[in-house]
Amino acid sequence: MTFLHEHILSIVLFTPLVGMVPLLLIPAENKNALRWCGNVVMFLGFLVSLPLVFWFSSAPATEGLFKFVEKTPWIPSIGASYHLGIDGISLLLIMLTTVLGFLAVLSSWSAIQNRVKEYYVVFLLLQVGMLGVFMSLDLFLFYVFWEVMLVPMYFIIGVWGGPRKLYAAIKFFLYTLAGSVLMLLGILTLYFRYHTDTGQYTFNYVRLMEHASAWPLDLQLWVFAAFAIAFAIKVPMFPFHTWLPDAHVEAPTAGSVLLAGVLLKMGTYGFIRFSLPLLPRASADPRVVRVMVTLSIIAIIYGALVSMMQRDMKKLIAYSSVSHLGFCTLGIFALDPQGLSGSVIQQINHGISTGALFLIVGLIYERRHTREIRELGGLSNVMPVYATLFMIVMLSSIGLPLLNGFIGEFTILQGAFEANWHWAAWAVVGIVLGAAYMLWLYQRTMFGPCDNPKNQILKDLNWREIMTLVPLVLWAFWIGLYPKPFFKVLQQPVEAIVTEVHPNFYRPAKAALSKPPSSQAPHAARPGRLLGVQGRPRP
Amino acid sequence: MHPVDLIALLPLLILAATSIVVMLTIALHRSHRLASLLTLIGLICAFASLWVARTLTPTEASPLLEVDSYAVFFLGLVIAATFVVVILAYDYLEKQPVNREEFYVLLLVASLGAGVLIVSAHFVSFFLGLELLSVALYALNAYVFTRALPVEAGIKYLVLAAGSAAFLLLGMALVYARVGTMEFSQIGGLVSGGGHLLKDPLMLAGLALIVTGVGFKLAVVPFHMWTPDVYEGAPAPVTAYVATVSKGAMFALLVRFFYVTGASSLGPVFLVFSVIAIASMLVGNLLALLQSNVKRILAYSSIAHLGYLLVAFLAAGRWAVEAVAFYLVAYFITTLGAFGVVTVLSNGERDADSLADYQGLFWRRPALAGIFALMLFSLAGIPLTAGFVGKFLLVRAGASSALWNLVVILVVTSVIGLFYYLRVIVALFASPETAAPSPAPSPAVSASGASTLVVLSALLVWLGVDPAFMLQVIERAISSLKLL
Repeated sequence: MTFLHEHILSIVLFTPLVGMVPLLLIPAENKNALRWCGNVVMFLGFLVSLPLVFWFSSAPATEGLFKFVEKTPWIPSIGASYHLGIDGISLLLIMLTTVLGFLAVLSSWSAIQNRVKEYYVVFLLLQVGMLGVFMSLDLFLFYVFWEVMLVPMYFIIGVWGGPRKLYAAIKFFLYTLAGSVLMLLGILTLYFRYHTDTGQYTFNYVRLMEHASAWPLDLQLWVFAAFAIAFAIKVPMFPFHTWLPDAHVEAPTAGSVLLAGVLLKMGTYGFIRFSLPLLPRASADPRVVRVMVTLSIIAIIYGALVSMMQRDMKKLIAYSSVSHLGFCTLGIFALDPQGLSGSVIQQINHGISTGALFLIVGLIYERRHTREIRELGGLSNVMPVYATLFMIVMLSSIGLPLLNGFIGEFTILQGAFEANWHWAAWAVVGIVLGAAYMLWLYQRTMFGPCDNPKNQILKDLNWREIMTLVPLVLWAFWIGLYPKPFFKVLQQPVEAIVTEVHPNFYRPAKAALSKPPSSQAPHAARPGRLLGVQGRPRP
Repeated sequence: MHPVDLIALLPLLILAATSIVVMLTIALHRSHRLASLLTLIGLICAFASLWVARTLTPTEASPLLEVDSYAVFFLGLVIAATFVVVILAYDYLEKQPVNREEFYVLLLVASLGAGVLIVSAHFVSFFLGLELLSVALYALNAYVFTRALPVEAGIKYLVLAAGSAAFLLLGMALVYARVGTMEFSQIGGLVSGGGHLLKDPLMLAGLALIVTGVGFKLAVVPFHMWTPDVYEGAPAPVTAYVATVSKGAMFALLVRFFYVTGASSLGPVFLVFSVIAIASMLVGNLLALLQSNVKRILAYSSIAHLGYLLVAFLAAGRWAVEAVAFYLVAYFITTLGAFGVVTVLSNGERDADSLADYQGLFWRRPALAGIFALMLFSLAGIPLTAGFVGKFLLVRAGASSALWNLVVILVVTSVIGLFYYLRVIVALFASPETAAPSPAPSPAVSASGASTLVVLSALLVWLGVDPAFMLQVIERAISSLKLL
């Protein structure tokens, strides 16, 4: 038991890799065996990640706030080590990854007919890379996972993608790589500066954080810029978003699901995990905040407006991601507990809702081989189950109360409002527009007469297809109805980050009498209080 | 010369002896299989003798040759690379309508030359090694003389290499005229002893001419003009050899010469190398974008890679040497692997070098395409390949000496470089319907060729995932180098 406890992260990380062995042994002609094998491995990957949830609250935090820490020297001569550990933020994202990874693979059972073996192999590799990014506490290791993940995604788009797949794959790869080499320079600056000051070479996140957070502002700003461009490309923030629609439209369904569901979160995760705690002065610098918030708000509104104009369902959802991720970055740079925890919740929500939306588009594409909105219409008549699931997912994406999107968006707006009410006011515009394009999409595809003969013969979902969507729908309801456990795991890490960025943030709380208005802020992060104010937004 | 010194020189002696044995065997009995087998055995013996030689290091086998652990490391690298080239060349030559056996004699002589370069501690052995290497390469480049391109490559190489050797010789003469010695360590003593030497025009002119000669062999800008043509024209295994052994040995010498003499820290020399490094990175990567011939793409990419190496070279210090050594190992493996794929796909009529030959290779030959893609990813510096660790070490070496301009250019040009690697990879994985109408040559791959490629790929990933062991070996090897 202790072995499992101590190495649970490695087990979660390498289950997909070990699963490649049987997959490689199965002959390529035996497609069904390959599919079973791929799905079973991914399901196993999900199962082994479950203990993380059950053990998380009781596990001791051994290094800072990090639990389940594992550490062995890797390349001693440069000071890199195999160093894993998670806190509440990574826990949620890891669970999102294992769930979505399994569902994405399950959804490609019949969609992929060519090179089935290689398809599952690259998905398993992708899964390892994604999990590694969320677990690494060593910046070198983090960088390795961050970059290595590009390769499987490149192949997923480039080999199994749509007609313009090569263009999209190269664009995706180059954009992300350009960002990540800048990040490498940032990491190296941290590394060398640490050596100059202490005489030791290390990529250890915790040690670098203790050290770098005290750096002068100028230096922090440079490093922040290097990191921020890498993360902003990944998120993607306006104006770095142009790779996203191409990659999404050309990627196969499962690729889009993971791209939107998990890969984009690496950018926001990077901001939360690295930019803010490592470089708190730069992150809290008013100029930086202004730029980041402005870009976020532009992304929210611009993404929504562009979505509204799309004729291709997949492109519409791709642009809606730009808008939704704008909320996440807005929450981060509100730099208060609500904003940050709302941002993480919204990242999970976006993974659930947009992941499900891409699955839904994939289902119709597999049947009709088109994603043109005007080719569809009145589908609720022939595919009632499909239409129902689509509706729930769509409403969750819009942010209807009782569903997950509401919780995330609301908390972010609350956080933004605390910081500066103008920001919240602008962001609300995005919510309204979001409701508009989503409802309009639903109306155009699902309602009305089903007069296209090609659509009249469409079959409703089979049990496997329903199974890909049901877990996500259940999860959406869970967050919508009872988000307390999610906020609870986030509370500690979020408070730590806020303290790092604004050292005095929690102090007025202790002297509540002297400054009553701001004393609300820290408490609001706690789940009970947060839910208490939900229905009654402050004026 | 003491008899013990001969033992220290055993690897070189075995290489020389093998070439003679192979030559005599050919005279008695012409058999391709036998010749290649003898060559392989000789190379294995030479490699094994490195352990014997290592016990004696460091020895000055004469004022000319210095066998230290640094030299032993690079000798090992050169011998191993030659071994791989021999295996790859065997199948390739089987398809060619020429006498095959002499190829191995030439290859052994070239490796002997490379070995002499690596151990040389004196201008005389430097020049001797260089000429041994070059003369063998003239013939090797034009080995498949039934085709026009190899002959053109051979002549081009002959003319330019001879010219550059003349420059080098004059440079040595000028330095000798000024300092009165040809031993590296004595030159180093004089340079560090007297500051006036740094400003002496004769000395600087001499060094400039030496840089020209070295630069030609390394194919760095502006001495790179021959590279694409020779790479394209020479038979694929020879190209692999030129790209790895010839450049690697020269780089080992470059490091030794400039670090031991301390000349690399001279202001003007530093400036010249900086300009060369920047120009190589930019020109190599930018011109590679325009190519549609795989061999030419790899040629320009190798120009860029030598530029990257120069960044670490300029950084100087122990880290720099470690980075250079590791990067060369990675570069050897990757380049041999990439040209290995080109070699096994080539036939008797032409080499598989046009991008169209690789169109959709993944759908016909998934394993070969996978290996080629892996090699290209390593060249591009994607993690979990040796290329990434190598590039990281280069960047670290540069950054630790605060050469930020060079490091930033390295990083930026790497991204540009990724684009043309991706172009090749895109072609590999293009859908079968867009594949070239006339099926490209795709002969059967022999077991030896296939296993070599698999071993190279495994090494590549091993060094990428767990470089600690290799770094330890390198650390021990470079400890002998007397750094100023």
